[in-house]
This record gives sequence, C-alpha cells and structure tokens, in this order.
Amino acid sequence: MANGIMVVAETSGGSVAPITTEVLGAARRVADQMGQPVQAALLGSGVEGLAKDLIAHGADQVYVVDDPLLEKYSNDGYTAAMQKVVAQADPAAVLGGQTDVGRDLIPRLAFRLGSTAAMDCLNVMAQDGKVMVERPCYGGNARAIHSFNTSPVLATIRSKAQDPLPRDDSRQGQVTKVDAGLDASAIRDKIVAHEEVAEEGIRLEDAEVIVAGGRGIGSAEGFAILEELAKVLGGAVGATRAACDNGWRPVSEQIGLTGKIVGPTLYFAVGISGASQHMAGCSGAKTIVAINKDPEAIVFKSSRFGIVDDYKKVMPALLEACKKLKA
Amino acid sequence: MALNMIVCVKQVPDPEAPASAFKVDEAAKRVIPAGGVAQVVSQFDGIAVEAALRIKDALGDGKITIISMGPASARDAIKHGLAMGADEGVLLCDDAFENGDSYTTALALAKAIEKIGEYDLVLFGRQATDWDAGTTGSGVAEMLGIPSVTLAKSVTVKDGKIAVERVLLEGYDTIEAPLPAAVTISNELGEPRYPKLQQIMQAARKQVTTWTAADLGLDASQVGRQAVRLNLERLFQPVSEVECEVIEGETPEETAQKLAQRLREEKIL
Repeated sequence: MANGIMVVAETSGGSVAPITTEVLGAARRVADQMGQPVQAALLGSGVEGLAKDLIAHGADQVYVVDDPLLEKYSNDGYTAAMQKVVAQADPAAVLGGQTDVGRDLIPRLAFRLGSTAAMDCLNVMAQDGKVMVERPCYGGNARAIHSFNTSPVLATIRSKAQDPLPRDDSRQGQVTKVDAGLDASAIRDKIVAHEEVAEEGIRLEDAEVIVAGGRGIGSAEGFAILEELAKVLGGAVGATRAACDNGWRPVSEQIGLTGKIVGPTLYFAVGISGASQHMAGCSGAKTIVAINKDPEAIVFKSSRFGIVDDYKKVMPALLEACKKLKA
Repeated sequence: MALNMIVCVKQVPDPEAPASAFKVDEAAKRVIPAGGVAQVVSQFDGIAVEAALRIKDALGDGKITIISMGPASARDAIKHGLAMGADEGVLLCDDAFENGDSYTTALALAKAIEKIGEYDLVLFGRQATDWDAGTTGSGVAEMLGIPSVTLAKSVTVKDGKIAVERVLLEGYDTIEAPLPAAVTISNELGEPRYPKLQQIMQAARKQVTTWTAADLGLDASQVGRQAVRLNLERLFQPVSEVECEVIEGETPEETAQKLAQRLREEKIL
C-alpha cells in the first residue's frame, strides 16, 4: 500500500533550492500526522552529495537518480526518471514546487500515472487519512480544497506558502540509488540555449521592500519615481502583468499568478487596481500600502494603508518623507 | 510543408469582470454565474490562436482547427478563433462531459485530436482563466504520446521541428522538439489579433462540427463527474482580514509625511 509523502527536489546554484526546503517542511507536517515517512526524489547529474542536505531539511529517505542525461532538465527525461522512482517508492503523494520545473514536470508525470495534478497549492493537509490540498482558482477570487480519487496525490506548492524546517544535520536518513535506465533517444525535448535575464540590485524574492507599479503608472518613464523610492528604502521595483505586457518593465519584474510570488515586509502598490491575478503574487507581503486615485480600487481591500490620490503628486512627496526618515 | 495545427480553447466567464460580481455557492461547490458577465475565450487560449496564426503566416501555408469542449455557447469561442483566421472548428458538447476535471477534459480532447487524425502541432493557453490549473496541455500530450513544451513566448517551425522560447522566472530557455508536439502559450507571446468585421461575418458562415462523447468512442463512465481524479471537497471565497487605514492630508506633502510617520510608528520603516 502506498506509503510516504514524496518531495521532488530541485537544486539551485549547487545547493538545495529554497522552495524544496519549503515543500519538505509541508511534507514533514503531513507525514507526521499520517505516521508516514518523507521521501525525496533527487534527479540530476552529480547531485548525490545533496542527499544529506535533503535529510537535514526533513527527508527520511532520498531516492537519487544520478545520470548524465539528467544534467539539463527535459520533460521526457525527468518524467521517465520520476516514473521509475514512484514505481519503486510507492508514495501516497508526490509534491513539487510551483517552479519552472514543477510547472512542467508534475502535470506530465500525473497524467503518466493515470491521474492529474493540483497546481500552485497553498497548503497540504491530512484529513481522514487522506492527503488534501488547498489551491487558489478563478484568478485568486476563490479557493478550492481537493482530495484525489486516485493514488498518488500529485501537487505543486507555491513558493513562500509553507515554512521550511530548521536545518538539522543530526537527522538520520537513508539514501537509495535508482537506475532509471534512461535512453537518450527517448528524450525528445532538448534545451538548446539558455538566457538569463539578470536582475539589477536586489532580487524581488529577497527584497524586504518592493515598490510595484501597474497600469496606472501609464508609461515606462513613470516608473522612475518608483525606482527612486525603492533605492532610498533599499528595495526592489516590481510590476503587474499589464505593465510588463506594455513593455514598461522587464518580464523578470512581473509579480502575480503568472509571474513571481513575493513576501516582503513592505509592499507599495502604486497605480495598481488590485486584480486578484496580481494580488496572488504579493499576498505574502506583511504590509501593503496602496496609492491609487480611484477610491473604489479593489487594492484597498487588501491594503493596511491607503492614499487616494494621483501617484504623480504623492510619490515625490513620499520620496522626500522617506529620505528624511532614513537620514 | 503544410502544417496541421490544432488549438484547444475554453470559454470562461470574463476574468476582467469586477471582483465584486464574483460569488460562490458553497453548498453547490460552484461559481454563481453573475448577470451581465460575458462569456469569453480564456485569455491565454486567444494568445494560443495568435501563435498558430503567426506560424501559418511565417510558413505561408497551414491549416488551423479550433477545438473546444463545453456547453453549446462555447461555439462562440470557436467562432472567435475562426474570425481571427482559423480554418475549421470542432465543438465537444455532451451532458456527459459536465463536472469533469483536467483528466477527463484531456481525454476527450485527445480522442477528438485522434479522430481529426492529421496533426503536427497542438497548442493550448498556459492555463484557463477560471480554474488556473495549467495541466490540460501536458495531459493531452501524454495521452497522444507526443512531446510537450510549456509556457512558450514564441514558437517557430522548421525542418519538422519546433523551436520554443520558454519563459522562466529569470530569463528563458530555447527548447527544440520533433513534430508532432504540444505547446502551451504564455502571455509574453503578445496580444492576439482583433478580428475585422468582414472576418467575423465570414466566420459566422463557417461550419462548426459537433461531437458527442459517443462520437469519440467514450461512454459516460470515462468522462465527466464519474471519472474525475480530482474531487472538489470545498469551494469558497477567502476573506480579507485587512482593515485599510486611509491616510489623508491637506497637501500631498502632508499626506506623505503622515504615511511615513505611521510606517515608522508601526516599526515597518
């Protein structure tokens, strides 16, 4: 019988990715409620050394598929490898992060296993001996709680939705090597080029302060004052999908359901109406300050502080006030 | 080469409608259709039609078939694709399809694509703007046994292969795969073209074929509620617990000063 909550591990810059520690935290909590082990699937080339880090972050058992064919991500290669790992470990649930890889791999794996996946979940729960997931839908206007009629449960978890466990190097775990028997000719999709869009300054995901602008900013030039405020507060500039689609800001600054998920201490929403699509990306912010000339803008409903005025008038004054505060 | 493309589209309640119009019937676990909210082509699906048209324009040849599964009204979503420039339409309409999940939807779409027979490229929006699931494209690809690439900002076809620029959180990958293949399209591809009046009139005269579950060789136990993998236990609207403190002043300077002061008092700044 299926037993275990499996986490699909991801690496970033040679170490375990932060999202993976978050998913391990979620898996640990559910597994403990159900009296089941936490399993981790570690796929890649030359990655075996990271197994101990996964154990330190909460895994009891790590299944390692170390294969040169997995050096770069491919949907075909990773799906086939995961299929092998799932067949060997027989988990009750397989959880990934809502990441570049998770968004692509988990649905395909789910259908390979004769099921489907619940994507972008905020929470995983154990209820009546079953694993259930909670996810936003209708652009964040509603939430759905799902159970599965088939096993295993397959889901991805949104970044910053779950807390990682503190790292504990005294934790013990078991490492199992899996030979996925991958065949190079069966990997049809191949990454032939990669372009990194380097972010200047602080990464949005790490920023304590974010000054974000939307359609109401009206132009690329309009963002200059947002940049200045971000600089004074040691923060970063973010944007809505509308602002990015209009070419005012680079796609790498897009915050929302289809962009980045951020969780700063302070989030300025400037000229942003507050469409749930965008708010889904910044709902992790501790304090939201909305500046919008429309008093009816829905953004005020999720904001701790609000100013109803034209940002062109307010922002220069706010910049000066913050400069004084910081001086 | 004459490329056969299939674009799967979904009709959804207009996601641009005001959030205040959005209501959920928790007992029935469904969204209450709001009066005056239009049914539209799901945003990313319109962009997927645009992707197909750009490929057809670049190759100077090709056929685009639009498929939609849904109620009779979903014919309008297909007609919109035809007005944009697609060639044929197929509507999958049957009571048996109702209350399915992305598994049952993918199954019906895959069967329809197999029934159409000739296909080189199957395109989808990255996720539907109602359930935001983002799984159906991968599902259809798996059922057809063809490679899939998700989150495309551009797709080009050359020498029996596709090259896809895939949007990442920091940058993008270029991915190649042999045809036939499935690709899901993201908003970074660009705005879909707007049909001209003449095209809308032409599309009105184009035939849309309707297939039922039986036409696809499926019975009610394989599609719709009886076959779902994903059970909807609960559907609800999250409540915002934030009380907004509106800061006011005689001048923008005074307002800004007050805000800065409040942020300092609350130890946020």
